[in-house]
Amino acid sequence: MTQASLGESVVQKTVHAQQNNGVSASLTHTQPLWLLAEVTYRCPLHCAFCYNPTDYDKHTQNELTTEQWLQTLRDARKLGAIQLGISGGEPLLRDDIEDIVIEAKKLGYYSNLITSGVGLTEKKIQAFKEGGLDHIQLSMHDITEEINNFITNTKTFELKKKVAAMIKNHGYPMVLNVVIHRYNIGHMREILEMAQALGADYIELANTQYYGWSLVNRSQLMPTKAQVDEAEAITNEFRANPDNKMKIFFVVPDYFSDRPKKCMNGWGEVFMIVTANGDVLPCHSARSLPNMQFPNVRDTGLAYAWQESPAFNQYRGDSWMKEPCRSCSEKENDLGGCRCQAFLLSGDAEAADPVCSKSPHRHLIDQAIIDSTNPVLVAQPIVFRNDKNSKKIMAGEFKDRVEGFHSLP
Amino acid sequence: MTANNIQDSDIYALALHHRFQWEEAQQNYVILFPEGMVKLHGGAGEVIKRLDGIAKVSDVVADLKDTFPEAANIESEIIGMFELALSKGWIRKL
Repeated sequence: MTQASLGESVVQKTVHAQQNNGVSASLTHTQPLWLLAEVTYRCPLHCAFCYNPTDYDKHTQNELTTEQWLQTLRDARKLGAIQLGISGGEPLLRDDIEDIVIEAKKLGYYSNLITSGVGLTEKKIQAFKEGGLDHIQLSMHDITEEINNFITNTKTFELKKKVAAMIKNHGYPMVLNVVIHRYNIGHMREILEMAQALGADYIELANTQYYGWSLVNRSQLMPTKAQVDEAEAITNEFRANPDNKMKIFFVVPDYFSDRPKKCMNGWGEVFMIVTANGDVLPCHSARSLPNMQFPNVRDTGLAYAWQESPAFNQYRGDSWMKEPCRSCSEKENDLGGCRCQAFLLSGDAEAADPVCSKSPHRHLIDQAIIDSTNPVLVAQPIVFRNDKNSKKIMAGEFKDRVEGFHSLP
Repeated sequence: MTANNIQDSDIYALALHHRFQWEEAQQNYVILFPEGMVKLHGGAGEVIKRLDGIAKVSDVVADLKDTFPEAANIESEIIGMFELALSKGWIRKL
């Protein structure tokens, strides 16, 4: 899955809603609305753009038990969480997803299964339906078998089409997530047409954001500004056609913006992520930040994690900000952007997100854009996300691919 | 975008795959849908709560006027909520 696939849309909804009469949304919410359960880091796909940490392999043996997950669901619900994302890795590699779905229904969550489709059988989807799963989000990669199989490093193209039909047949809303990168950005129109032909209700065009494996493969994945502009123009043209009922979320590629994204809608504002091993995080990549101890559900309750833990309070609000953010008239719009991106690229977790044109580190982003057109860098092989490469990265291999960053992506 | 024309005799229900519920922790009504949600002020929630797929718009207005006799200009606010909810795809016309 992508780091943006959860969250951006709920955030968009909340923010939009705030502009409407009669509908309110608090931006300084002190209760989690979203619980993202990254139930496993095991995955049959090996996507080049995966946001999971490159050292994920160390967390494939210490996953939470079913009972620990059920308790996590109960505790988060008490705190106010209402949307549940069941994600990974590939969540269907666990055999207790049905138990999680049933508990989620009982607790009143709106439950979202975020899957590659691998492992989704007729029997399983029937059980999920009966258990009360509300929605399945399926990742798709391209209209061509070649690109699908290349970027995921698997042969899964035909399977995904079958799974899409299965989802539709069971009366689920069809939500497709397509991560956009150099290899498929030229097929935007065809991707939208494919989604429509499959009967998709929503499609998320998630321009790659550079964390985890996608940061390691940044020069290989990044499209050009011209390609991004064209993709956006095609998307807008598609949206403008009243015959197209499919809703499209276009996740903005932040490297080509001059202001950063309001990452996670603010640190510790609405999102709580529990990872496969039980770490509780305010964002997917938070473990790349320095000097920070994240709570773990095995040791502390979720209420402590959300309300009191130093980690969740570290970047709440704006008192932590430095210049140029501190006195910036736009600081409420983006809260200084992403802490992880700031640290990974600049070495300073409290710096403005380097994406911002006011950041003294913007040159790092501009250089990355230039690097993505450098034939020598582009010719480096993609480091696919798999256990072997994860072990190698932890052992200090691929040095040339990670040494430019201030911690392991 | 064309203006939504809400008629007294129209009947609305929650859109497919949407769920409406009271959230105790938030003290708010919410509408939930794939990967998203909106929180509704009490007044907006009162409108959505009455959409059972049977009541006409005029029934909803009458019932709300009955329930909140103090509220002024309530009718235009209710119609405004129908328009908003329809334009956002939260409700569907039967």
